[in-house]
Amino acid sequence: MDLIIPSAGLIFWQLFGFLSLLFLLVKFAWKPMLATLAEREANIDGALKSAEQARNEMANLKSENEKLLQEARLERDIILKKAQEASLKMIEDSKLEASKQGAQLILSAKAVIETEKKAALTEVKNQVALLTLEVTEKLLRKKLSDDKAQIELVDQFIKDLKLN
Amino acid sequence: MTRKFLVVSLLFSVFLMNFSGVSFATASETEEGKEDPTGFIMHHIKDSHEWHFVTVGHTHITLPLPVITYASNRGLEFYNSSDFQNPKTHKFSKEFAHNGIYIDNHDHLGRVDGGSIIDFSITKNVVMMFLVIAFVLYISISAARHYQKNGAVAPKGVASFVEPIVIFVRDEIALKSIGPKYKKFVPYLLTLFFFIWTGNLLGLLPGAANLTGNIAVTFTLAMLTFVVVNVNGKKDYWKHVFATPGVPAALLPIMVAVEFIGLFTKPFALMVRLFVAITAGHIVILSFIALVFIFESYSIGILSTIMVASINIIELLVATIQAYVFTLFSAMYIGGAVTEHQQDDHH
Repeated sequence: MDLIIPSAGLIFWQLFGFLSLLFLLVKFAWKPMLATLAEREANIDGALKSAEQARNEMANLKSENEKLLQEARLERDIILKKAQEASLKMIEDSKLEASKQGAQLILSAKAVIETEKKAALTEVKNQVALLTLEVTEKLLRKKLSDDKAQIELVDQFIKDLKLN
Repeated sequence: MTRKFLVVSLLFSVFLMNFSGVSFATASETEEGKEDPTGFIMHHIKDSHEWHFVTVGHTHITLPLPVITYASNRGLEFYNSSDFQNPKTHKFSKEFAHNGIYIDNHDHLGRVDGGSIIDFSITKNVVMMFLVIAFVLYISISAARHYQKNGAVAPKGVASFVEPIVIFVRDEIALKSIGPKYKKFVPYLLTLFFFIWTGNLLGLLPGAANLTGNIAVTFTLAMLTFVVVNVNGKKDYWKHVFATPGVPAALLPIMVAVEFIGLFTKPFALMVRLFVAITAGHIVILSFIALVFIFESYSIGILSTIMVASINIIELLVATIQAYVFTLFSAMYIGGAVTEHQQDDHH
């Protein structure tokens, strides 16, 4: 058999063999396989796309959450600030009230003290007056036991009267 | 991993050497009694009517193959290749003519009366071809079955081996070279790739036939590509051939002739490239093995074993590259024929 001259028999068999291989492979291997591969690629494409979509949605959700969180934070800050202000005001108010009340208390205490003092003084004055009267009486009784003294005293009085 | 591979291929080449060595020993018994190293090389490279595996001592272990002949006045006839040979030496010769038909010592079939006869024998290459076909069918169909069973899922087993190749041929060869109309040609290109690749690889096994390095095989494959290209040739393709655009009218006759010849040189190049690449590889490997028997020296033996191992590795590469190139060029020729727009950048 020659090296570079194709032999008719082998060409025939090769043609027959290759064409039957082609036919069988196309029918039983390549067609189903290529179809499946295309299907799988479509599946993968779809999966990738939906994953992308999901990711976008997640990102959206996340940003929304972030926004909500931000808003909540802001609100919280405002509330805290308000509360702080309110508490400050309350403290201030109570302080004011307390001082006012204190002042009033002091004032009323002072008034009471004053009245007490006045009363006490009056009492003391009365007591003093009474005591003086008693003393005077006693003295007078003692001094006026003799007539001379009585007359002297009357004179004295008259003198004083005259002077007045 | 690499070391393991090297060791295996070294063993492999030693194995190959043993096989080829014994066939060398038989082939060397030429008429002049001289050693003829090209004999066994050519014997391996060419087709044969019987499959010779090994010779142990003087016993040839062969597979006799059917001989089918056709002659217009005799019709189809079936024989066994052992009918035409010396039962001991297994040599074909005119002396062992059977029923008016003989096979000469160059494996040519002829008629004793000199009449014409066509040889449709199941030769060694035909058997090899059917083995390759069976192998390709087996792996491809079992890969396809994986998807039929499991639906569009990730590949597993054989499918994970076949699928990347299928995707490579579809996306890198067919889609890139043919363009948007690639789908129709993918099955043909896939079959081409798998057949040539498997043929190249199995041809490297010791004792295997040189199928893809046979001119009749490459001729048939190239012819099929030629048919596919020209059957699918669109208007622009034929216009490009017979009324090449942008060429002055005076030059047109020459251009048309050139373009017309070009139609045939493309498949011719396909045919020759694959034939030469594979046959040359086999010749180189066998030549290194032949050195051992010419020099009969241990050092040459070791050296050529190493050389055979390394060339076998290169041949593995060549087997793949040639299958790729044949498929790629087929796809490019198809692409040139089916594209609808002008292709002036070709010249």
